[in-house]
Amino acid sequence: MVFHGADHYISIFLRSIFVENLALAFFLGMCTFLAISKNVKTAMGLGIAVVVVQAVTVPINNLLYNFVLKQGSLSWLGSGYAEVDLTFLSLITFIGVIAAVVQILEMTLDRFFPPLYIALGIFLPLITVNCAIMGGSLFMEQREYDFLEASVFGLGSGIGWALAIVALAGIREKMKYSDVPPPLRGLGITFITVGLMAIAFMSFGGI
Amino acid sequence: MATSRIGQVLFGPIISNNPIALQILGICSALAVTTSMNVSLVMCVAVTLVTGFSNAAVSAIRDYIPSSIRIIVQMVVIASLVIVVDQILKAFFYDISKQLSVFVGLIITNCIVMGRAEGFAMKNGVGISFLDGIGNGIGYSVVLIIVAFFRELFGAGSLFGVTIFELDRNGGWYNPNGMMLLPPSAFFIIGFLIWGLRTLKPEQIEEA
Repeated sequence: MVFHGADHYISIFLRSIFVENLALAFFLGMCTFLAISKNVKTAMGLGIAVVVVQAVTVPINNLLYNFVLKQGSLSWLGSGYAEVDLTFLSLITFIGVIAAVVQILEMTLDRFFPPLYIALGIFLPLITVNCAIMGGSLFMEQREYDFLEASVFGLGSGIGWALAIVALAGIREKMKYSDVPPPLRGLGITFITVGLMAIAFMSFGGI
Repeated sequence: MATSRIGQVLFGPIISNNPIALQILGICSALAVTTSMNVSLVMCVAVTLVTGFSNAAVSAIRDYIPSSIRIIVQMVVIASLVIVVDQILKAFFYDISKQLSVFVGLIITNCIVMGRAEGFAMKNGVGISFLDGIGNGIGYSVVLIIVAFFRELFGAGSLFGVTIFELDRNGGWYNPNGMMLLPPSAFFIIGFLIWGLRTLKPEQIEEA
């Protein structure tokens, strides 16, 4: 494992929040992003849930990928396994880990932090099918992050997604007072708002 | 089963009950893969087939799935199908598979596949579920193709990689609109598409 200076991790962290924002640059987690952004309070709850799940699943998937799935990674089992390549199983492994983490998180919260469980309740199961979570793990695989980089990236991309959904919810709350043409109301105007937000976020690209 | 039901299940999702424009399903990939016609066409075929077969498979085992673990069972069925698609793409269409990058894997979490498995296949027979999956896949494809058409034509002056507008950097007249190739344009196109659709079909208008 190679160790980089702290600035390397800070750069990954900031880039995953602003420049490569999962929601606004890669369109991940759009379904929930558009469906559950009608008011700031619920958006905040969902955002926090995504940050937690993302920060946990990306490092776990990273360990699994580096020590079980990647070609040659099973060599710690003995020389006979040195050539085994299980990368084709990564999709099913990642989704299994995500489903399991969400389930465990749900039970833990229910047992130890009931207020938080009640607040997040309905959003937790939804997160399993949120493509931002799956996308985070897949980008981690594609960019070959090591464990530390993956942890930083997981946390950063979760925060980025949460930031985007809270911002959108804020805009939609204000939009109640504007006179939108009837056929454009609801989904249509939301799409256009998100487009404008994506342009705004693109200005971070130069950093 | 009546012919009208088959027609309704197969063609209903194209305009009157479109998965993207009305059901808000499967939007992520609709936006990300639409910079060129080739790539979106491959994506459409992949999603349509996965939705069809996962619906059929889930429907076939629907009486044996305990309801508490049904999400995980559906996930496993879908993930297995997506792995097959991923491997086929890598073997025969390597370039396109590279361009689609993570979005092939993301078919697993594409809400159209999950949504139809949960909403339709769990309650209906195998044949009709398969058709429902294909129908929703086609509805999804129509939106994708329309978006890709505008983005590739105005962003790169070509369709399927064949030049339609001669670009000014190659001595032609057309100055490509670079914004069309960037993420935000996809949002605008889908937004306007929904606007148009709901002007034609006022019953889809949401109460604000």
